[in-house]
Formats: sequence, C-alpha cells, structure tokens
Amino acid sequence: MHSIMFYVFAIIAIFGSIIVITARNPVHSVLFLVLVFCNVAGLFLLLGAEFLAMILVIVYAGAVAVLFLFVIMMLNINIVPFREGFLSYLPIGGLIGMILFAELVMVAAGWVFAPNMPAGNLLATTTHGIPNTEALGQVLYTRYIYQFQTAGIALLVAMIGAILLTLRSRSGVRRQSVARQLVRTKANSLELKKVPTRGGV
Amino acid sequence: MMTELPDFLPVLPEFLLICAALGLLMAGAFLREGKAASDVIGLWAVLFMTVSGLLVVSGSGVQITTFNGMFITDHFSVFMKILILVSVSVTLMMSLPWLQYERISRFEFPILVLFATVGMLMMVSANDLMAMYLGLELQSLSLYVIAAYHRDSSRATEAGMKYFVLGSLASGLLLFGASFVYGFTGQTGFDGLAKSFAGVDRASMGAIIGAVFIVFGLAFKLSAVPFHMWTPDVYEGAPAPVTAFFALAPKIAAMALLVRVLTGPFMAMAEQWQQIVMILAMASMILGAFAALNQTNIKRLMAYSSIGHVGYALIGLSVGNMIGVLGLLVYLAIYLVMNLGVFAIILSMRQKGRLTEGIEDLSGLAKTQPLIAASLAALMFSMAGIPPLAGFFSKLYVFIAAIESQMYVLAIVGVLTSVVSAFYYIRIIKIMYFDEPVATFDQPLSRSVALTLAASSIVVLCFFLYPPPLLMQAEEATAALFPG
Repeated sequence: MHSIMFYVFAIIAIFGSIIVITARNPVHSVLFLVLVFCNVAGLFLLLGAEFLAMILVIVYAGAVAVLFLFVIMMLNINIVPFREGFLSYLPIGGLIGMILFAELVMVAAGWVFAPNMPAGNLLATTTHGIPNTEALGQVLYTRYIYQFQTAGIALLVAMIGAILLTLRSRSGVRRQSVARQLVRTKANSLELKKVPTRGGV
Repeated sequence: MMTELPDFLPVLPEFLLICAALGLLMAGAFLREGKAASDVIGLWAVLFMTVSGLLVVSGSGVQITTFNGMFITDHFSVFMKILILVSVSVTLMMSLPWLQYERISRFEFPILVLFATVGMLMMVSANDLMAMYLGLELQSLSLYVIAAYHRDSSRATEAGMKYFVLGSLASGLLLFGASFVYGFTGQTGFDGLAKSFAGVDRASMGAIIGAVFIVFGLAFKLSAVPFHMWTPDVYEGAPAPVTAFFALAPKIAAMALLVRVLTGPFMAMAEQWQQIVMILAMASMILGAFAALNQTNIKRLMAYSSIGHVGYALIGLSVGNMIGVLGLLVYLAIYLVMNLGVFAIILSMRQKGRLTEGIEDLSGLAKTQPLIAASLAALMFSMAGIPPLAGFFSKLYVFIAAIESQMYVLAIVGVLTSVVSAFYYIRIIKIMYFDEPVATFDQPLSRSVALTLAASSIVVLCFFLYPPPLLMQAEEATAALFPG
C-alpha cells in the first residue's frame, strides 16, 4: 500500500513538473506547479514529515503559486517570444546537463557517509516518538532561537527593501482621509445663501 | 520544559545594532521632518556602530560560544569585526553628504547599511552552517536593496538586479553544499564537523563536494574569479557611496567566513581545498591585472583592482597555515585603509556640480589641487605595491608565506601580476601629473571625506615606521584559529 501510494504521488509529480516547463500557456504551468506541490506534500506525508507536507501546501501551493498567478496575469506575458531561442540553447544546455548528471552518478557511486556519524541522525522524525510538529515546536524557540530571530530580521529587511524600491509618494493624488470626513459638520461645509428673486447669483 | 537562557554577553554588539536599526527605522518612519532626517539617522547609525565597536573590543578575546554553539567570539572575530565596523562607519560618514548633494538621500539607506553590518558581524561569528547561511543572507539581502537604491537610475537598477540574480544563485550553491555536508556527516556545527573529519584519512566524497560548493558560494561574495562577473557592472552602476561600501565591508566579512570555514571544520581536507583556493587566487590576480588595463571608468577600474586584491589575499589562505592567514589579515587591514582613501577621492570627483567618473577627468589634478593629487598618488603607489608604502608590506607578507610553503608558482604569478597592475595604477598618477589640466574638483571637499583621505594617506605613508600594532593584533587573531 505504502509503495503504491509512493509511485502514484511520484509519477504524478514527475509528469506535472514536465508539463510545468513544456506547457505553452504560463497560467497552465502554474496550475501544474500547484499539482506538483500537492503530490510532493503527499510524498512528505509518506515519509512521516507531516509538518513539511502542510507547510508545502499552505505556503507554496497556497501563497507562492497564487502570487505567481497574479504576476503572470498582470504581466500578460506573450507566449511566442518567451520560447524563442529554446532550440539554439538546447545543445549547450543539454551538454551541461549531461555533465552534471554524470557527476551526480559518480557521487552516488562513491556514496559513503562520514564514518563516525551517529546512526540516528538522519531519522530525526522517529527519535523521540513525538510528532514532528511538536518536536519542531520544542526546539524552534529554544535551541534554534538564534536562527529563528535572524530569519525574522532578514524578512524585515526584505520588507524594508520592497517598500524602499517601490513606494513613491506621488503628488497630486487625492486620498481619502476618514478622520477629516468625520469631523466635517454642517456648519463648516455648508453655506446657505438667500438668492434674491430675479437677481441672479 | 525549561531551557536556560543563552549567554547574551557575546552577542551584545550585534544585539545593540539590531535594536538601533529597529529604533531608527521607527524614528525615520514617524519623524519625517524634511530632508535632514536621513542625515540625523545616518549620524546616529554611525554612533551606534562606534558603541558596538567598543563593545566588541571590550569583550576581550577569550573564545566563547553561545546559543548552543551557533555563535563564537574570539580574537579572530574581534579583529574582523573591528575592520568591518571601521569600514562601514567611515563609508557611511562619507556617503551622507554625497547622497544629500545628489538629492537621493533617504532614511532607509543608513538603516539597511546597519542591517547589512549586523549580517556581516554574524558571518564573522558564525560557528554553524545554519548561522553562517543566515548571516550571509541577511547581509546579501540588504546589499541587493542597497545596490538598487538609486531606483531612478536605470544603471543602478540593472546593477541591483544583476547582483540579486547572481547572488541568489551563489546562495543556492552555498546551501546546496551545506546540505551535502550535513547529509554526509549529520552535523551542522563547525566544532562537530571538525571532529567528524578529524582522524579520518579521507573524507567522504559527498562531504568534499559540499565543501567545494560552500567555497564557491563564498567566492562569489568575494568576487574571486571565475565568480566575478557581477563586480564591474555593479560597481559601475551603483552610486559611488554604494560602490565604496561594497568594495570593503562585505569582502572582509566573506573573507573572514571563508577563513573560518576552511581552517575550522574543513581543515582536515586542506589538501582538497588548497588547490581550489590556489586556482581562485591565481585566476583573480591575472584577471584583476589584465582586465583593468584599458578601463576608462574609475569605478570599473576599482572593481578589477578589488578582484586582483582578493586574489592576493587568497594566496594567504591557500597556503593554509598560520603565516599565510596572518598575511591575509594584514592584507585585508591595509586594503581597507587604501580603499577608504581612494573612494574618498572618487566621492569627491565632482566638477561644476556634475559627477565625473572617468580617469581622464583627473587630468592635471597636480597643477590645480596638488594636495589631493599627492595623496591619490601615494595611495596608487601603495596599491601597486611600491616600497616603502603600506601596500608593499601587505603583498610582502602573503608572498613570504607562499614562498615559505614552497608554493613558488603562486608567488611568481603574484609578483608578475602586480607588475602588470602597477601599470594602471601608475597611469593614473601620470594622468594627474603630466596631462593638461581639464577642470578642478568642486571645493571644498566635505569634512568627512577630507579627514578620511588625510588619515588614510598618512597611514599608508607611515605604516613602515611602526607596523607592530597591526601585526600584533593580526597575530593574536590568527592564533585563535590555529590553537596549539
């Protein structure tokens, strides 16, 4: 059962990712990307990493992919020039890919773990007998507080950067000021004038 | 479950800077009082960096780790942090009037510089692969924004974009390497890694590949050849203060991290990484010398010059022993002083209110402004490595280290390329002294620029009279890396 599920998830994920890079319409690509994420989340579940699975669905499928969709729809990318030069780059790209693949095979052939590595290290999910969300919660704010805070500051920097690079205070824009609207009274905004008959204004 | 609070004393300088940055950010956002606000915030940032520097010095140099071994302070980190803080605060002081004059000063600039500084300090003190990556990323993220800071200039935006894309690639390589190392050893802490490699006569292939990728990721930040492509474009495109900032502190931080990683956890595989660092050093020296020959833009020239200097400094690392690292530290310190001086001049290259960046714009400076010309001449002679100026000694120490370890090829390439690079440094002096004057720089130079220029020329000229203070500090710092 376990292995059937694995093959189902894995095959769909691989097919999905192939479609992501071959689909003609970028919107379809993103939708297939979401499919890939969901299947990879399934693979994580099979490995017993339920926290990663949920994060993958929430953050990647939920937020990142939707953001992609927005950007693609806003930019209105033209499909034809997007693919230009694909064939001309294929030989060199393929060559580099082959070399990398060969190197990876060579690495895999010489696969030796460091000799004095503690055996339980790679199976962190099962060492304590508690679900890994709880295990993460126990160390995230204590043992790894340094990393956690640094990551937080890095995110703050990203936010400052985004604002700095995009925010422009344009002049001549009429903005709604709720407070000013509310303090207006009849007395200071409305003036009644008696217009004399046949006198004009 | 109760856990003990980590020891906070070692991280006090970084903590202070973070709090300062957050506070100044609030001040900048709410106290928007005209254009002067950014200057005031900049000055406060410099003040906080000074205090942080004092904290770093006062923390003595005893080796302490905290946060479960994520963070380490020792003599080495103290030395590097002081270099970084000095370079950042001096460049910031010089940038403020420049940005004000160009009307592109905004209060976020000093704040981003502060955050970048925190990232650099964290890199210097990293004692764990995760801490290393996070420090590096905090620094790079701030730098990407700073590179694109002048967003109305298309060249600056292009520079920022280039730096961002290539920088993310480098971060990816580094992370990939770190995951390999973790996968093959089950350790992320530098101490644990060192232990797991020690006593094994051949580290596993995967761990070596991981180490190689980490070196590549850091070499990108150092802009060592062949990971230098971004440097000339970014240096040329970014505003001059940003270039000055980029040329100094981030390089020092990346070099510190590289030295700590290679001489710490990966010392056991020195045979493997020495070859890589050697190739990086040689390629950087050669490219730095030859590519700069026909540059006409002084910022671009400085970019190639910095690539070359990184190459010379890497000689010290590729030797891989105490003398080599000592040479590297001395090299970095002197490089810092020289570059501060040169960038002080680049920041004051303004003729009739218009910025100039061409080398030809320096023509005949000796006749119109002899004092500036003389100090630039001293700095250029020093960069070329003419004795008895400081730059000569910095090269001397790394070459001696190479020769003592029988790495003659490195030393020979180093000497030959410094002869080639002497050509373009001295060409600037020729242009200043023997060409017809075109125009003069606007007077007066801003006070911080003039002070920096004076200080750096004096140090460069007089270093040979009394080098022990720097040497002693560097020796102590090196000793922290090679215990026993």
